[in-house]
Amino acid sequence: MALPITVSVEKRTEDAPRWMPAATSVGAVVLAFVVSGVVLWLIGVNPFQVYGFFWRATFGSWAAFSDTMVKATPLILVGLACTVAFKMKLWNIGAEGQFYMGAFFASLVVLAPLLPTDSPPAIVIPAMMIMGMVGGAVWGFFPGVLKARFGVNEIITTLMLNYVAVLWNNFWIFDRWSDAGFQMTPTFARNAWLPRLSDYARTYPIFSGITLHLGVIFGLLAAVLVWWVLHRSRWGYEIRLIGDNPQAARYAGINIARNIILVMMFSGALAGLAGMSEISGVVHRLQERISPGYGFTGIIVAWLAKLNPFGVILVSILFGALIVAGREVQPSGIAQMIQGFVLFAVISSDVLLRYKIRLVRNVGRPATAGETA
Amino acid sequence: MSNSPYAVEMYDIVIRFPGVLANDHVNFTLKRGEIHALLGENGAGKSTLMNVLSGLYKPNSGVIKVNGQVVTFHSPRDAIAKGIGMVHQHFMLVPTQTVTENILLGLREPRFFMNLPRYERKVQELQAQFGLRVDPKAKIWQISVGEQQRVEILKTLYRGANVLIFDEPTAVLAPQEINDLIATMRALVAQGKSIIFISHKLHEVEAVADRITVLRKGRVTAEGLPMAGRTRRELAQLMVGRDVVFTLEKEARTPGEVVLQVRDLKATNNKGAPALRGLSLEVRAGEIVGIAGVAGNGQSELAECITGLRACDGGAVSVAGIDLTNQPPLAAILAGVAHIPEDRTRVGSSPNLTITDNVIMKTYRGEPIGNGATIDETKAEEYARSLKQSYDILAPSVQTLARKLSGGNLQKVILAREITTNPKVIIAVQPTRGLDVGAVEAIQQHLLQQRMAGTAILLISEELEELMALSDRIAVIYDGQIMGIVDAGQADINEIGLMMTGTRQTALHAS
Repeated sequence: MALPITVSVEKRTEDAPRWMPAATSVGAVVLAFVVSGVVLWLIGVNPFQVYGFFWRATFGSWAAFSDTMVKATPLILVGLACTVAFKMKLWNIGAEGQFYMGAFFASLVVLAPLLPTDSPPAIVIPAMMIMGMVGGAVWGFFPGVLKARFGVNEIITTLMLNYVAVLWNNFWIFDRWSDAGFQMTPTFARNAWLPRLSDYARTYPIFSGITLHLGVIFGLLAAVLVWWVLHRSRWGYEIRLIGDNPQAARYAGINIARNIILVMMFSGALAGLAGMSEISGVVHRLQERISPGYGFTGIIVAWLAKLNPFGVILVSILFGALIVAGREVQPSGIAQMIQGFVLFAVISSDVLLRYKIRLVRNVGRPATAGETA
Repeated sequence: MSNSPYAVEMYDIVIRFPGVLANDHVNFTLKRGEIHALLGENGAGKSTLMNVLSGLYKPNSGVIKVNGQVVTFHSPRDAIAKGIGMVHQHFMLVPTQTVTENILLGLREPRFFMNLPRYERKVQELQAQFGLRVDPKAKIWQISVGEQQRVEILKTLYRGANVLIFDEPTAVLAPQEINDLIATMRALVAQGKSIIFISHKLHEVEAVADRITVLRKGRVTAEGLPMAGRTRRELAQLMVGRDVVFTLEKEARTPGEVVLQVRDLKATNNKGAPALRGLSLEVRAGEIVGIAGVAGNGQSELAECITGLRACDGGAVSVAGIDLTNQPPLAAILAGVAHIPEDRTRVGSSPNLTITDNVIMKTYRGEPIGNGATIDETKAEEYARSLKQSYDILAPSVQTLARKLSGGNLQKVILAREITTNPKVIIAVQPTRGLDVGAVEAIQQHLLQQRMAGTAILLISEELEELMALSDRIAVIYDGQIMGIVDAGQADINEIGLMMTGTRQTALHAS
C-alpha cells in the first residue's frame, strides 16, 4: 500500500543548531499543555477556564507568584544538588534523605539547643544554614565513601538512606521533640525564621501577605555558584572530565575516589540547605512530611534542565507552579497529569536533536527490487 | 543491465559540514569489474564520499549515476536496492547468533518461520561462487576476525550488491588474513563485481588497485589514474600535497645521563596473569629506546607501570632519581613523565569535551592556566589556539569536541599536550597506529625533535620499520622480559625476529 506521503526519520549528520535544545524544550512544554487541554476538554471541562485558574493561582498576582516561588525554592536547591552529581555521572538518588537530614541538623541549632535561645537571628540563621549543609553532606558522605573505597553502587545506597533519614526524623519528632503528642516539634522562636517579605509589610504595604522568604536567594546564589564551580573552577573541570571519561581523568592524574566523596558531599550539602530553608522559611518547625518528594522531583528537574544550573531555576519555577496549581483545582490529579505530560514531551523531544524528521512525497518512485539483477 | 561501462559515476559532489567543505566538487567513477582505490589522509573526505554513495548522507549538490542511470538516495535502503553494499571497518554483527542468522538480519524474508537449513544452503552457494569460506552454522563469537569480515562481505552479496565498498578493510587483519582478503577481492572482480577500496596503506593499494582516486582536504587531486607505473612516493605526494620523507633524517647525538630506570619490574595484566616478569631497562636523556615485540607480551603493562596507571608487584621505577614505584599517576606527571597512550579515544582524550579542555589535561593545575581555584578560560583558549596552530591540528575551532576529530588530528592534540609540558621522559605507545602518511611523518618528526631537545623517549611500537627508523637502541620484549637490546644502526631483522619469539640474545650469540 503506497501512502502519498511517508515520514522519513534520518539521523543528523551534524549537531543540531545551538538554539534548538531550548526551542524544542519550550515547544514540548507547550505541546504538553495542549495535549492536557484536549484531555480536559474530553472530560467535559473548558481547558481555557482551567488554565485561566492556573495562571491566576501561579503567576496572576504578586502574591500568587510568591507562592510559586516558595514552592520552587526547594526544587532549585535539590535540582542543583542532582545536577552537580549527575555531571560526574554519580547517580545520587538520595537528595530526599539529604533534605531531611539537612532539616534535622538545622533544627538541632534550635532544639538541642546548640545556641542560647535568645541569640539574635544574625547568628541563629547562619548557624542553621551551616548545620543544614553539614547534615546533607554527612548523608552524602556515607554513600560517597562506600562507592569510592568499595565500589558500592551509589544508586542503591542513596535510595535506601532516604528511608533511614525519614525514619530518623520521625523518631525525634514523635518521641523526643513532640509538641503535645503531635508528630511535630513546637514552633521555632522567631529568631530562627528566615525573613519573609511580609515581615516588611508595615513599612512597605505592598508586601502584605507575600510569604516569599530568603531561601529563594539561597537558591539563586547556589545556581550561580554551581555554574561557576562546574564551568570556571579547577574542581569543576575535574568533575566534567571524570563524568565524560573516567579513564582519561585518571590518566590526567585526577584522584577519582576523593572526587566521588567530595561531589557527593557537595550535592548533599545543597539538598541539606533546601531542607533548612524549608523548615526555617516555611513550616518553622520540624515535622513529618516536610517534603512532598522534593528530592525525587529534583532528579526530574535536573534532567529536564539538561544539567544546566540556570535551566534548573526555570524548570523549578514551572514545577513549583504546577504544585501550586494542584492545590487550586479539583481533582488535584490534573496538575500531576500535566507534570507527567511535560516530562514525557520534554524527554521525547530529544529525538529531534538527534534525528531529522522529514515528510517525503511518494511520487513516481521506481520499484525497488530486482532492477539490476 | 545498461550499456554504460561505469558501475558508479559521481559528479560534482558537494558536502558541507559546519566550518568544513568535506567534499568540494568531487568526481569519482568506478568501472565495471575494477578495483578502484580511494586514497587520502584521515579527514580528506573519503568516508564522507562513500557515505554519500551508500545513502547515509545527502549531498548539497551533485549527481550520482548507477549503471548510467541518475539516482537519488534517501536512505541506505535505497542504495542497497541499487546494488551498492558497504563492508564496514567495524563489523555490524551479533556475536551470539550464527553466520546465517547474521546474514538474514534485517531482511524482509524469511517472514516468520526460520527455515534455517534452506538459507544455509543459499549462503553456501554464495560462498562457493566467490570462495568465501565460513561455516554458516558457526556463531560469530567463535570465528576469527578474518572470517567475520567474510560474513560482512557475504551479507552485502546476499543483498545483491554489485558494487562493494571496503572501508579500510585491512586495519583489523593479521598479515596472512590480508593476503586472503586480497585473493577474495580478486575473485569478486573476476565474477563481475566492482570494488571501491578505501585505504591509506600504500603497499596494499599497490598490490590490488587497478585505478586510484586521491582526495586531499575534500578535493580530488588525482582522478581515476591507472595504477600501473605509479610509485609509492608519487601517491604519498598526491595525498599529502608535498614530498614525503620516507627515510627520516636522524642526527647523531650522544645520549646523556640515565633518566628513566626500570629495575626488575613485576606486574600482572587485567586478568591477573603475570605480564611483567622482572623487566629491567634504562633510557638516557636524548635517546630513543624502542620496544619491539608481538602485541600482548607486556608492552601495555610496562607503559602503565611507569605512568602510575597500574600497580606493580615488585621491582622499581624511577625518573631522574625520583622513585615512582607504585605512585599515583599525578606523581609521574609531576616528575616529568609524558604519556602518549595506546588508546587515544578511551584513555588519551575526553570525547565530549572541547579541544581546549583536552589540551589542558596536564597543565590545568598551575599557572598560567590554573589560577588558584579557577581556570583562566581566556588563557586556556589562547594556549589551545597556539597549539592548534603550531601542531597543525585541523578543526573548525578550539571549541570543537574531541570526538569530532579524525584519528590523526586527535593524536596531534595528545602529542601537543604531552610535549608542551617539557617532559623529561616520553612514553609513546603505538603513537602512529592507524594514522595516515602525513600524520605519521609529523608525529615521528616531533619525537625526533624531542630527542634532540634531550628528552628520554621510550617508544613502544609493533611497526619494526618505525622502530628501526626512530630508535637509538631496540629492546625486544617477550613474555614480560627483555630478551636483548641491539643498537638500531646494526640491528639485524632476523635476530630481532628470533628474540621476539623468545630466544635470548645471549643464546643467539653462543650458538
